[in-house]
Amino acid sequence: MTDTVPSPSAPKLLQSLAANPILSSWIRILPEGHVTVSPGKVEIGQGIVTALAQIAADELDVELARVQMVRASTAGSPNEGVTSGSLSVQQSGRAIRQACAEIRQIFLAAAADRLGVGTDVLDIVDGIISGPGNISTSYWELAGEVSLDRHATPGTVPKASARRSVAGNSVQRLDIRDKVFAHPRFIQDSPLPGMLHGRVLRPELSGAALVELKEDGARKIAGLIAIVRDGNFAGVVSENEAGAELAVTALRKGAAWSSRETLPDEDGMAEWLKAQPAELTVIASKRASARPEKTRTIRRQYSRPYLAHGSIAPSCAMAQWNGDRVRVWTHSQGVYLLRADLALVLKIPAENITVEHMEGAGCYGHNAADDVALDAVLLAKATGGRPVRVQWSRADEMSHAPFGAAMTIEIEADLDARDEIVDWRHSIWGNGHTARPGRADLPALLAATELAKPFPRTIATNPAQANGGGADRNSVPLYDFPSWQIESHRLTTMPIRTSALRTLGAQGNVFAIESFLDELAAERGEDPVVFRLRHLSDQRAQDVIRAVAKRAKWKPARRDGTGYGLGFARYKNTGAYCAAVAEVEGTDDIRVKRLTIAVDVGEAINPDGVINQIEGGAIQATSWVLKERVRFDHSRITSNSWSEYPILRFSEVPDVQVEVMSRPDIEPVGAGEAAHGPVTAAIANAVFDALGLRVRHLPITRERLIAAMELAS
Amino acid sequence: MPDIRFRLNGVETNIDADPDVSLLTLLRGQLGMTGSHFGCGAGECGACNVIVGDHAVTACDTPLWSVADKDVTTIEGLGDAQKPHPLQRAFIAEQALQCGYCVSGILMSAAALLKQNPNPTGSEVRAALDRNLCRCGSHNRMVRAVLRAAAEMQAR
Repeated sequence: MTDTVPSPSAPKLLQSLAANPILSSWIRILPEGHVTVSPGKVEIGQGIVTALAQIAADELDVELARVQMVRASTAGSPNEGVTSGSLSVQQSGRAIRQACAEIRQIFLAAAADRLGVGTDVLDIVDGIISGPGNISTSYWELAGEVSLDRHATPGTVPKASARRSVAGNSVQRLDIRDKVFAHPRFIQDSPLPGMLHGRVLRPELSGAALVELKEDGARKIAGLIAIVRDGNFAGVVSENEAGAELAVTALRKGAAWSSRETLPDEDGMAEWLKAQPAELTVIASKRASARPEKTRTIRRQYSRPYLAHGSIAPSCAMAQWNGDRVRVWTHSQGVYLLRADLALVLKIPAENITVEHMEGAGCYGHNAADDVALDAVLLAKATGGRPVRVQWSRADEMSHAPFGAAMTIEIEADLDARDEIVDWRHSIWGNGHTARPGRADLPALLAATELAKPFPRTIATNPAQANGGGADRNSVPLYDFPSWQIESHRLTTMPIRTSALRTLGAQGNVFAIESFLDELAAERGEDPVVFRLRHLSDQRAQDVIRAVAKRAKWKPARRDGTGYGLGFARYKNTGAYCAAVAEVEGTDDIRVKRLTIAVDVGEAINPDGVINQIEGGAIQATSWVLKERVRFDHSRITSNSWSEYPILRFSEVPDVQVEVMSRPDIEPVGAGEAAHGPVTAAIANAVFDALGLRVRHLPITRERLIAAMELAS
Repeated sequence: MPDIRFRLNGVETNIDADPDVSLLTLLRGQLGMTGSHFGCGAGECGACNVIVGDHAVTACDTPLWSVADKDVTTIEGLGDAQKPHPLQRAFIAEQALQCGYCVSGILMSAAALLKQNPNPTGSEVRAALDRNLCRCGSHNRMVRAVLRAAAEMQAR
C-alpha cells in the first residue's frame, strides 16, 4: 500500500524543510529500535515536544515510546529561527510530518527491494514492515543501509487525518513526569562538572553609568574567583552560589552610579506615547466603492500599560570557554539567533560558538534568557576554562528584562443614519514589539550596551505584517466593514525597554476593537453576538462565536453585581479562532468568575494540550487585565518584586471551560496566544454589563473603575 | 561553624554550615538537591516551598538554624517514580502543569494541606495554594489534581 499520489500542482517544500532540507537533520532511525526527532523549536512549557513526537510517531507508524526528542542545538539541529508566535506546530510540526512521510516511503521502498515484493503489499506496524506470507523486515534492520543524509523532496503526501492514530489524541506530555518527580530538566537544576557561579551587578536606576566600583568588600568573600569589569558591566564569579550572592551584594555596596535617563510620567502614558517621535506605517487601507453616507462619528481611546513577562524562574545560563571557542547552555527561544548576537559582541565567528537549549520556566516571550547568556559568556572569560552558571535576581528580572510595550489605540467609526458602520479608522501608538537577538547587524543583548565599547541599545521594531505584524497584530478587523484605515506609529525613542511579550500587539488591539464593537452594539441596542455575526462572513469565525454563546447559554439573566461579556478574534487573522464569554462580579474589585471559550486550531494534535494552552492563556490574560502594570518613577522601574507587581493568585482564578472545535482535516495552528485578546475584551465588556462603566485603560483596577465612574457622571 | 541537626526526608542529617544561610541555599548548594526551586528569594512565590514539621514554608527565607531538630520534607522526599505520592500521580493524571517550574513548591503546599485537612474543598485548596504563584495559568488543573489525590487517599 502506498500513500504517494501525484500532486496536482508543482509541489514545494515547506518553509522549515526548505531551509533545512537534509532529512537526517530532522529524523534518524537507530538500529536499536529508536527514532530520534530533532526539531529546531524548543520546549517552553507549551508541550510542543510532545505534539511533535506524536506527529512523528503517527507518520512513521511507530509507538510514541520509540520516539526520542533531541534538544535544539546549533551543533546540528535544523535552524527554525525562534520558538514564538504560536508557529511551532505550524512550522516544525508540518515539516516533521512531511519529512516522516517521505522517510516512511524511503523505508518502504528499501523493504520492498529486500523482500522482493511491491511496496503496495507492505504494511508498517510499530516499525515492523511486513507483507504477505509472513515476510517482514523493519526500520531497525534497514537502518544501516538506508541513508537519510539526502535532500527532502516535495510531493509525498502525509496520511489522511482518518488514518492517524496518535496525533489527535490527548497523550500525556513527555516532560511532566520528570517535573513532578523533580528529575532535573531545568537549566537551573543541571550543574556542569566543576561549575562556578556568577552574578552580575546591575543598577536600580534606569540606564545608569557605573562611575565608581570599590572591590575590596567583594574580594573578602570566601570562594571568590574573579571580579569582572568592562565599562558599566560588572560581575563576580565564585566557587559557590552563596558566595556569588554575597560577593555581588558587597560589590553593590561599593558601587556608585550616575543616572543618565529620565523615564516618562507613568500616569500620563497614553498621551505620552502619542507625543513621541514616531515612524508611521499604514497597515491597511480599504475604500468603499460608493461614498459612505456618514451622519456621525464616534471616537474612543484605549490603552494598555507595559507588562512584565514575570517568569517564575529568574533567567539563567551557563557558559564555558575552551581557547577561542565557547559553549553556551540557554533557555533562549532561538539558539541560532542568540549565537548570531554572541558572535557580534565577541567578534568571533559564529562557528566558534555552540548554543544548546535546556528547558527553563515559561518565558511568554522575549525575557532575559538571551541577556543572561551573554552575561555568562562574559563572566566565563575569567575562569580559565571552568564553566560558569549565571542567574539573574528577581529584581533584575522584573526591571532589566524587556517588557511588553504599552499601547495607546484610538478607533473612530463613521455611522450612517441607521447607525451602521460605514468607515473605521484604527490608530496605534507605542514602542515596537520586538527587539529579539539575531535579526540585525547589531546585537540586542543587554550587556552589549554596558561594555566599555558599548553597542547602541536596540530600539524595538515590529515584525512584518506577513509575519503577523507587531503593534499592528490583529488591528485589521475580521469584520466586513465597507472601508477602513489602519495606522501604526512606532516610537523611535525607547526609555523603557520593550520586546516580544505573548501576542505582541494583539491583546491591545483585540481589547480595543472588541470593546468598541460592544459599545456600538449597545448604542444600537443590539445583542453583541448578533451584531458580530452580522458583520462576519467567515464561517469558522461564526462557528466559534455560536459555539461559545451556546455553551455559555448566552445571554444569561443578569443579577445585581454580575455581568457577561463577549470577545472574539482570529489570532494574527491567520491562526486560531477564539471566542470567549466572561462572567464577572463585584462592584469595587472585579472578580472574574467564569470564562467560557471556544477555539478552532484546525487539527488539534494533542487536544488536552490545546485546552491546557487556552486555559493558561485565559488565566494569564485575566491577570494582565485585572492586576498587571509595570510601575516606574522618573528614575527607575519600581515594580521589581512580586509584591510590587502582583499577578493573579489561586483564589482569584476563574473557572475556565474550553471547547475545541473538531477540524481534523484543516492544517493545525498554535493555541498559545489565541485566548489573550478575546478574554481581555470579554472581561472589559462584562464589566460594562455589570456596572455600566466602560474601562478603556487597562488594568481594570479599583482606581480605574473610580476614574471611569467620574468620567461617566 | 556549629553543626546543625535535623531530619531531612526522614534521614537524620548533621550539617556543618553557617546557621544563617537559607535552607534553600543549603539544599541546592551543599546538598545538591535541586528539586526545590529558587524563584524570588523573598518568600513571595512559593517555588522553593518545603515542609517543616507539618507546615509548608518558603525555604529561601528560612534560616538554617530555625530547622534545628525539626523534620524537613522536600519534593525529593515526597515520592518518586517507583513510589509516587498520590499528589504526584494526580498531577500526572490531570496533566496539571505547563512549564512546571512552580510545581515542586505547589506539591509541597498541597502535601502540607492534606496532612492537616485530608478532605479539603476546592476553595480550601485554593486558599492553601494562594501563596504559590503559577504564571502559566495551570491553577485549575492543579486544584483538580489536589482534590483527586485527596479522594484517592480517603478511599484507601
